[in-house]
Amino acid sequence: MTEVRCDIAFTLNGAPVALNIGGHENIVDVLKRLGLSGARESCGQGLCGCCTVIIDGVAESGCLTLAQLVDGRSVQTIEGLDADGALSPVQQAFIDAGALQCGFCAPGFVLMSHQLLAANPDPSEAEIRDYLSGNLCRCATYPEIIKAVRLAASRMRAAQAA
Amino acid sequence: MNEIRSISAKQVGRDVPRLESRQKVTGRAEYTHNITLPGMLYAKLCRSTVAHGRILSIDVSAARDLPGVHAVYTGETIRTLIAEPYFGPAFHDQPILAIGKVHFVGEPIAVVLAADPYVAAEAAQMIVAEYEELPAVFDEVEAMTSAAIVHETLKPAGTFADLKHLSGKSNTNVALDYQLRRGDTDAAFAAAEHVFEHEFHTQQVMHTPLEPMVSIAEPGDNCLTIYTASQSPSFVCTEIARLFGWRENQVRVKVPYLGGGFGAKLYIKLEALVAAAAMLARRPVKLSLTMEEQFYTITKHASTFRIKSAVNKDGRITARRCEIFWNGGAFADIGPRVTQKSGFTSPGPYDIDNVSVDSYALYTNRPPAGALRGFGIPQLVWAYESHTDLLARGIGMDAVEFRRRNLLREGRPQATGTLMHDAAIIEVLDKTAELMNWTAPFERGEGVIRRGRAIAIGFKAVVAPTTSGAIVNLSADGSAALYMSTVDMGQGSDTAMAQIVAETLGLVAERVKVVHPDTDVTPYDMATLGSRSTFHMGNAVKLASLHALEQLGAMAREVGLPEGTNYEIRDIFLKKYGMQAGNIIGVGSYVPPYTSPQKGTGLSDNVTPFWMVGAAGVELSVDTETGHVTIDRLINVADVGRPLNPAIVATQLSGAAMMQLGFTLFENMDLDHGQVTNASLADYKIPGMHDLPTVMDNVIVDNNQQNGPYGAKGVGETATFGVSPAIANAIEDAVGVRLTSLPLTPESVLRGIRALRGEKLEG
Ligand code: FES
Ligand code: FES
Repeated sequence: MTEVRCDIAFTLNGAPVALNIGGHENIVDVLKRLGLSGARESCGQGLCGCCTVIIDGVAESGCLTLAQLVDGRSVQTIEGLDADGALSPVQQAFIDAGALQCGFCAPGFVLMSHQLLAANPDPSEAEIRDYLSGNLCRCATYPEIIKAVRLAASRMRAAQAA
Repeated sequence: MNEIRSISAKQVGRDVPRLESRQKVTGRAEYTHNITLPGMLYAKLCRSTVAHGRILSIDVSAARDLPGVHAVYTGETIRTLIAEPYFGPAFHDQPILAIGKVHFVGEPIAVVLAADPYVAAEAAQMIVAEYEELPAVFDEVEAMTSAAIVHETLKPAGTFADLKHLSGKSNTNVALDYQLRRGDTDAAFAAAEHVFEHEFHTQQVMHTPLEPMVSIAEPGDNCLTIYTASQSPSFVCTEIARLFGWRENQVRVKVPYLGGGFGAKLYIKLEALVAAAAMLARRPVKLSLTMEEQFYTITKHASTFRIKSAVNKDGRITARRCEIFWNGGAFADIGPRVTQKSGFTSPGPYDIDNVSVDSYALYTNRPPAGALRGFGIPQLVWAYESHTDLLARGIGMDAVEFRRRNLLREGRPQATGTLMHDAAIIEVLDKTAELMNWTAPFERGEGVIRRGRAIAIGFKAVVAPTTSGAIVNLSADGSAALYMSTVDMGQGSDTAMAQIVAETLGLVAERVKVVHPDTDVTPYDMATLGSRSTFHMGNAVKLASLHALEQLGAMAREVGLPEGTNYEIRDIFLKKYGMQAGNIIGVGSYVPPYTSPQKGTGLSDNVTPFWMVGAAGVELSVDTETGHVTIDRLINVADVGRPLNPAIVATQLSGAAMMQLGFTLFENMDLDHGQVTNASLADYKIPGMHDLPTVMDNVIVDNNQQNGPYGAKGVGETATFGVSPAIANAIEDAVGVRLTSLPLTPESVLRGIRALRGEKLEG
């Protein structure tokens, strides 16, 4: 393998990081090296959402994102959501609705649910199904995930109104 | 007042959220997938490209010369370490790396180790193998008589008494021929009013846990630590020790959370390879399969089931003959157990006097098959419940009424002769019919959309006999830790077992610590499989908790506290030790009574400690122009005994039903001369959000499993049973098309509709 290495610098969950990476490495590889395992590779083809990361506000499949491409950009991962020690309303709703079994898919679903609720604070069940249809859960926790998103949405709207 | 109980809230039967919920929603839960050890090498495999062939040569020179490659090993290298490097739970038929010949496309033939996984992957591509191709067999029925023989001689592992007679057998692909004989089927068929005979097929599918299979071995001085995504740490320990000729205490197996298992991660899979590679390299070795590679590792049996029944004029089934062929692929894995343990339930949950069963485990040149959420039961229920609907139709009787007339009732003998106890079969049927409003008229659709509905009911005997052990450590501050080798792969076992500890000791479930499987620390458990943990481990955990409680009572008496004291646990310790010190260790071990079936007849008066019962009710719409099926409503009804955690039980039911929905409607491994051509989630579709039925209900009937911990029994597989046949039966109800092969694709529905109309499909 002809090894091309490069230096990159980006913002990770609000803090600057700089490191030297292999040209072939994807962002999941790099996050793993940084001790973050919430974004995880499963299908490796952009089909399951287990590797979801938010890059400049947009949800991306980490397994398809070469790490060099995040140079100079802002990356958010699941680990950023409870940085202050408190769970996000979506995370709390996932727990309360029992929206996880093995949990391998959970970070991806939680991040996507955040994206959904940011764009649409009161999604219908059909809208939830549509928005989350790119994430797979082999344990098929789908009914509970839908419930969790609705619960989070109503709590967030209530908090907004208060 | 109960002695030392300070908690009045019931711990069992409460919806305790999964103990590890927070770790999972924050992405911090520990999986083997995440583990990196200092100095670790990554392994990548080179795999066979032919389905059956003699290995002429394996050229690893280019791979070995690639900069960054640490080592390349083949089967011959492994042999320098282990003289007989064959493993497996039922047969020692699986080489760590191929030796002499390959048995399927995808069989590992060489492994590359490198510090950079990308280098290892590139080097693995550079390995060149030459084969002399041999005739191959892929179909399970052909394998019965084929000239192509997958394994020259059979090598049963010796652990199962009923496989011993196969030792040294050659020139056969039959890895087990199981029989059950009860009554006189020939006479019953000869005297029958009606005789019906059908054949059903299931396809090969894969578990696809989202955490792909992964194992790490860390070598020590004449010892090994294995970190693995395994459902059976105790078995891994035993089997690795056997391979190396070691004592069990030289092997330590640790298992954190699993990112899904479903049977894929059972017994021994990648562990032997990483163990051997780590010993050879003297470095930790990690092997992480890709999603694609999982399809070459373990799958669910394809099957053919020929079923024949005699029915008298009152609508009673008087005889049933079952012939089942299980496509086990290239290695037996646990297939022979599936063949027998599921085989004896193949006549279904019906009270039939004359039964004969022949169930065959077959080797073929396909990727190996093992257990997948049901241990063969979903394949059987698919056939016998499709067949049962056809019987009802054939004699013009209502499908629910026909079943009600024939179902096994409390105290009646099942086909093996074992009397049925605590199996709420009738209750499950009646509940399903009630929820479906069965006796009310049904909206049948109009125009191109036609609607249909149906039910199906199945049962399972938990595998027996198996053992579980547990330790409860009660600390001086009154907190408790549970040590057990049950693996939490998403089913919620940590939480349910903590509830049992809490209930028994008067604690709060959320505060019980569950120590994860570590064979240096946690006691033996047969495995986390077949819905056995709630019952077996649950009983062991309850016994361990009672043992701790008994010692606490003795301690209270010793320090002069009255019988029935409501002193806090910590105060009893304080009185005894004068400070916060000491602990109480409660131990429990459970193995239920069991009677081995008689050879030849398969009869036994105690074949299983409990039965699981599950039914599905389906309402669906068929688009007669496209063949597309929409599941309008899926009702899953189950007998789970008394649920320990109703919310988790409901999730287990809906998850199992959804998984089976995928196996019913679309999942299918496409094979071309033994090569899987859709081994990725791009081409092999699993259920997503949009595949959810419009309405899904999960309902538990009221029951008490008397020998279960707090009345509970297993649940993980129950909702898989009825789904496939209920959908096929409902399709016939809607459009008159009877499908006998899974999956029930729009194409097969449309072909059926066109055939009924006498129209041809182009192409
Ligand atoms: S691993 Fe990236 S989408 Fe599946
Ligand atoms: S919870 Fe297991 S994959 Fe979603």
